[in-house]
Amino acid sequence: MGHPFAEKILARKAGLASVMPGQIVEVAPDTALSHDNTAPIAGIFRKIGVERVAQPGMHVVVLDHACPPPTTKHAQNHKAIRQFVADQGIEHFYDVGRGVCHQVLAEEGFALPGALIVGSDSHTPTAGAFGAFAVGIGRSEMASIMATARIWLRVPESIKIVIHGQLPTGVTSKDLALHAIGDLGADGALYQSVEWHGEGAEALDMEARMVIPNLMAEMGAKNAYIPPDDVTRAWLEGRARRPYEPLLPDPDADYARVIEYDAARIEPVVAKPHTVDNVAPVREVAGTPIDQAFLGTCTNGRLSDLAMAAQVIEARKVAPGVRLIVIPASSEIYLAALDAGYLRTFVEAGAVVESPGCGPCMGNHMGVPAEGEVSISTANRNFRGRMGTKESDVYLASPLVVAASAVAGAIAHPRDL
Amino acid sequence: MTIKGKVWKYGDDINTDVIFPGKYTYTVSDPAEMGEHALEDLDPRFRHQVKVGDVIVGGKNFGCGSSREQAVTCLVVKGVGAVIARSFARIYYRNCINNALPAITCPEAVDALENGDKIEVDLEAGEVRSSKGTFTFPPLPAAVMGIFEAGGLIPYTRKQLGIED
Repeated sequence: MGHPFAEKILARKAGLASVMPGQIVEVAPDTALSHDNTAPIAGIFRKIGVERVAQPGMHVVVLDHACPPPTTKHAQNHKAIRQFVADQGIEHFYDVGRGVCHQVLAEEGFALPGALIVGSDSHTPTAGAFGAFAVGIGRSEMASIMATARIWLRVPESIKIVIHGQLPTGVTSKDLALHAIGDLGADGALYQSVEWHGEGAEALDMEARMVIPNLMAEMGAKNAYIPPDDVTRAWLEGRARRPYEPLLPDPDADYARVIEYDAARIEPVVAKPHTVDNVAPVREVAGTPIDQAFLGTCTNGRLSDLAMAAQVIEARKVAPGVRLIVIPASSEIYLAALDAGYLRTFVEAGAVVESPGCGPCMGNHMGVPAEGEVSISTANRNFRGRMGTKESDVYLASPLVVAASAVAGAIAHPRDL
Repeated sequence: MTIKGKVWKYGDDINTDVIFPGKYTYTVSDPAEMGEHALEDLDPRFRHQVKVGDVIVGGKNFGCGSSREQAVTCLVVKGVGAVIARSFARIYYRNCINNALPAITCPEAVDALENGDKIEVDLEAGEVRSSKGTFTFPPLPAAVMGIFEAGGLIPYTRKQLGIED
């Protein structure tokens, strides 16, 4: 009997012939990602009593969650991180403005097929779009990895989602992922590895693929995986940090569950307040007035997301009384969007274009809502209080719907404009 | 070891933004201050009225959302003795082990217990005891028992590295 991806990669990394779900293995990650939380992590590391980080080359540190720092406390936090990475010789350090950690990890060539990546961030699974095994961990564990370069992991069960056919025009991988979460629930893949297969998944380009594992964290998944192929190889050409060895699931692998979707039947959706699995078709909530629209984040802040939004907004204006916040997910995307004219389109329409980072996603800065306000966002979480106040509503949607809603002043799809 | 206290009962999908809001994540580092924000968007009474040994009881997918460890440490600081749930989100579960906060999967206890009930949690026996009945739960996997017994990941790692206290 063959094995799914998660079992194959954990066996390889643990130096075992094979492993089974439920088994606990100890592995050395290829890459360990952290962000603004690196200072508190360093504090915990010091409590362990070890002087030197065991493998500085394993760590990638990207400042993104509160960038540029909105308060002195945040700035002190960043200062401490700069000091720490310099002291410890952690060379893979990306300072304020480079972008959101999961996007930077991919652009800098660390998200590779067959790599084992851990990150002190719940959206670390994003790198699974490249065929890596990428999981989120806590701060204490990251500190322990700094001291020992190893971590225990429980081998997950695996489930398989197969996408038949192609997504219709105007329907994106964001709609596809939200559809699955709405269908299976916020714990639909609890502690499991979710593999996405089928022609509908293969037809997605790399940017569209990254959206899916990013959102699988909201289905309780441990990790998510899209089999690497020519699309992956082409994207990594000239970027990959080191040679890589893709790992594919065995064709006769056993899955705890197999779910199939017909891409042609997926329609544009939103996640209504206040949970990601509270999914409904856009047509059910169309016309709901909004106060703010947010285009960005590790979910949908890429060039193709900005491109599709710019196409909707071209020659139109953001509705009176509404703010549209646009945050390219990295400096590379920012420059490409600038060259393509998208940023001009946004500013001329009355939108606010900001520097790469997480922005208002978790209520820190750069456009948080007021009490009683309604936001529509391309982010991946809409829990009560997520954007800074529990007295506000957050809808999640694709870049097309966020752009159309900004213009309409109410939830809308571009075809309704 | 037996934990004794009152039940604080909540529902399904209690996420970490509601246990410890994201806006405090880089500005609040003092443990006592962390405790002052525990569950503030879910139940404002909690941080003022919780007593040492009290137990939080949740539904499915407890601790979903952000990986922030403060969502565990803010409860530990307030003296919460254990969390019982139908199921736990993965990173939250790991963070509980790493902070030696018992994360107990026991759907029967969740079904039976109500807010305010007095209970005892016996970790050795693997039992939750209350006037509503006695419920058993499975022990922690052997491979991670060492972390829990050492009092958390930091003391455990120090032991592994042979660092004297």
